[in-house]
Order: sequence, then C-alpha cells, then structure tokens
Amino acid sequence: MNHNVTIVDYGVGNLLSVARAFEHVGGKVVVTSDASIIEAADRLVLPGVGAFGHGMKELCDRGHIDAIQNFASTLRPFLGICLGMQMMMDVSQEFGRCEGLGLIAGEVMPVPLIGSDGTEHKIPHIGWSELLRTEGQSWQSTLIEDIEPGDWMYFVHSYAASPTRPENIISHCDYNGLSLTAVIQSGFHFGVQFHPEKSGAGGLKILKKFIEL
Amino acid sequence: MKAISNLRLIARLDVKGPDLIKGVHLEGVRKFGDPQEFARRYYKEGIDEIIYIDAVASLYGRNNLTEILRHTASDVFIPITVGGGVRSVADAQRLLLAGADKIAVNTEATKRPALISEMAEQFGSQCIVLSIQAKRQSQNKWEAYCDLGREHTGLDAIDWAIKGQELGVGEILVTSVDQEGTQNGFDVDLTRSISQAVTIPVIASGGMGQLNHLDEVIQNGSADAVAMAHIFHYGKYSVADVRDYALKANYSMRKVRIPANES
Repeated sequence: MNHNVTIVDYGVGNLLSVARAFEHVGGKVVVTSDASIIEAADRLVLPGVGAFGHGMKELCDRGHIDAIQNFASTLRPFLGICLGMQMMMDVSQEFGRCEGLGLIAGEVMPVPLIGSDGTEHKIPHIGWSELLRTEGQSWQSTLIEDIEPGDWMYFVHSYAASPTRPENIISHCDYNGLSLTAVIQSGFHFGVQFHPEKSGAGGLKILKKFIEL
Repeated sequence: MKAISNLRLIARLDVKGPDLIKGVHLEGVRKFGDPQEFARRYYKEGIDEIIYIDAVASLYGRNNLTEILRHTASDVFIPITVGGGVRSVADAQRLLLAGADKIAVNTEATKRPALISEMAEQFGSQCIVLSIQAKRQSQNKWEAYCDLGREHTGLDAIDWAIKGQELGVGEILVTSVDQEGTQNGFDVDLTRSISQAVTIPVIASGGMGQLNHLDEVIQNGSADAVAMAHIFHYGKYSVADVRDYALKANYSMRKVRIPANES
C-alpha cells in the first residue's frame, strides 16, 4: 500500500505543520493548489484555520471546490482538519450564511457563550480536551481506531460542526459542560475539529492511521 | 466569574542569538545553549505548548529565530508561539512558514496598533498573541512596557489588553516585569485584572519558582495558561513535576503518558 497524501494549498493556514507531521509518520506528501492533482489524489487532506467564508472563497477562486467534490464522489480517504472539517458541512452561520462543500449534511454554528451550568467561558475554545466516544458509536475501523477514549487533543475554535445525522458524529469533547463535535465520519470522509499535527503523540497516531486507510 | 478552560502548561524560551537565555526582570544573565534541545526535551516530557521569544529582536529590528524554529517544528508536534521583533505581516508570514502556529506581538503593536488587525485579517485571531510586559505603577495600575521592559509605552496594561482584543488578538501573554526571573511567584493581581477585562484566554508569565505558585495564579489570578522558564531551564522542576502537582490539585488539564511515545 502506498502512503501518499495530498494536502490542498489554498493559501489558508500553516500547511507546513500538517505536511511535516505526515512526513514524520511515513507519509509521502504532496502540497498542491493544482485542481487536477487534487482530483487525482490517493488521499486528500483539507487543512485550514480562520474564517469559513474566507476559506470557501479561497477554494472557489482556485477552482478547488469541484475538484474536492469530484474527489469525494469516489471511495478515497478524505480528511478535513479544523476549518477544513467545518467546510465539509453544507453551510455555516459564521458572518451571515456561507455555503460549504456539502460532503456531510449539517451546519456550522458558534460555540455557545455559556456552559451547561450557566457560567461564561472563554471563546475561542483553546487548549487540550479529551476525545470522548459519542454514545452508540464504535471507533473500530475508523480514523481514530488506535485512540483510546479520553486521549487528549489540541483544539482552537470558535465554531463547531453540527451534523444533521447523529451517526456522523463519532467523537465529541466537553467544554464547560457543552458537547462539541470533535470527529465526524461518513464512509471514507473524516473531519477532525482539533489539530492532530499539534496534539503530540496521540495526534500523530491519527495521521498515521489516515495514510494506512 | 468565568469558567476556567483546561489549564495549559507552557515552556517559555527566551533566545538571544543561538542561545537559550534566562534573566531577571527580562534582562538576560545566563546562557543555556541550544534552545532546540530544550524545546525537544520539554515536548518529550509532555509540555502543552512552547513559546519562543527572540529577546533582542526588537532592539535590532529583526527576528533571528527562523532557523531554530524550522528545526524545532520538524519534530515538536505541539503549538509553537514565536515573538520578538515582529513588525509587519510579512515578518509574521516568514515565521509561520518556518513552523510557528501563533505570533506574539508587542513593541511594534504598541507603536502601530493597526498591525494587530492587519495580522488578524490575514491569518485569523487564533494566530495572534498580544504580549504585554507590565510594570506595576501603584496598587491596581500597571503600565505596558516594550523592548524587554525597558521602554515606556504610556499605555495602561489593562486598557491595552482590552484594545488588543478589540483589534483581534486571540490570546494575551501577560509578563510581569517586576516578578520575572525572581522566582517569587506571579503578579496575581495583574493576571486577574486582565483576565477579567477580556473574554479571550490569558497566559500568565513571570515569577514561577515554587509549585504552589500555580495555585495563586490559577485560583486568584484566573489564568488560563501558565508560562514557565526558570524552573525548567535550571532543572528545578520537570514538566512532569508541575503536571503531577496540578493534577493532584484537581485542575482540569491534559493527562500525558510519559514518555511521550512518538510513532
């Protein structure tokens, strides 16, 4: 099996961190903004930080939206990281209403300002949180198969994905009593809200798993 | 009262030329050698984040950390913040390309606050840390300094923190110039005053000398994260010592399996 991984370069975020982390676990990395290379990838990674609308506009300007959707229409592994995961959804409420890639049904909503007990908390949610197994879900044969529930990952976000179908959420984290979507899955399409490339040994395990899918 | 997020333990490495340095009141007095080795060691011991500050960059008008950063980022897979001498979006871009995740700004932003909004627009707020070097003026008043706590800015530290948030920073690194390097504990009043004035996370820096200094700055200072230098560089405590202490005190935070096992 090859360990090829293609990272979409659309001018947003620190792609080098993601590339280095994949290389560290044995990935053969290509970073590209060429739509035809994106479409032909063995495995595709959409990283990203910042605003949803800005990210989608950059993808659109580079002709990446069709390329990603064409890639995703076949049975090849896809991984969205942070903003990249949020853009997998249909729509976001960030700064009005923005259309996403529509790989997984649902929307992206602001992290509520108040926790389950009514206390305020800091926004963005920055820091390490435990990956929790969402009720009724198995992690077997998924991207996070090698992760133990309760392993810690590094998050930084103000918005969170809310898939329409509960079965698309396989892991969540707890922030001041709120359950925030951490890992989404639909077939070979995965999205992680945290940064596996910045989550130490646990995060590297996830990236290693991805290049073995 | 805001709920505290999961506590983060951060190793702060001040760098001068090729060397890790550590001083008192931000004035460098001792060289420790290759900062990358320290960064790598703290990563393996389970630190949550690394902060690199080029200690003399703003005096000389350039940041020399690019190469150190490039090497560090190739095998340290946690967030790395870099600051010192960042004067433009282009400077920030250079550091991000070398492997930084967040950029700390201080001196140039005090002179030209628009730098913050320019950077936030380009890279997102999550990428911008406002570094405030605060000196106590009276009971509940601190002035923001720049250039290693040497130069007045005339800015009130708390007002500057609020302004920084408005301009788009994602976190605030608050260094007490009075406490820095003394090992006498944090300026808890300063940390609390800033943490209560903003809604973004606050990193307390300057003064960590004993494990119980954590309790003051977390419980009374409402710090979201704690930056430590002296105790680690001098080997007084390991990262695991600090984490074990904090976990026993029941602070909500990451548990790390040691040794951090790289795949």
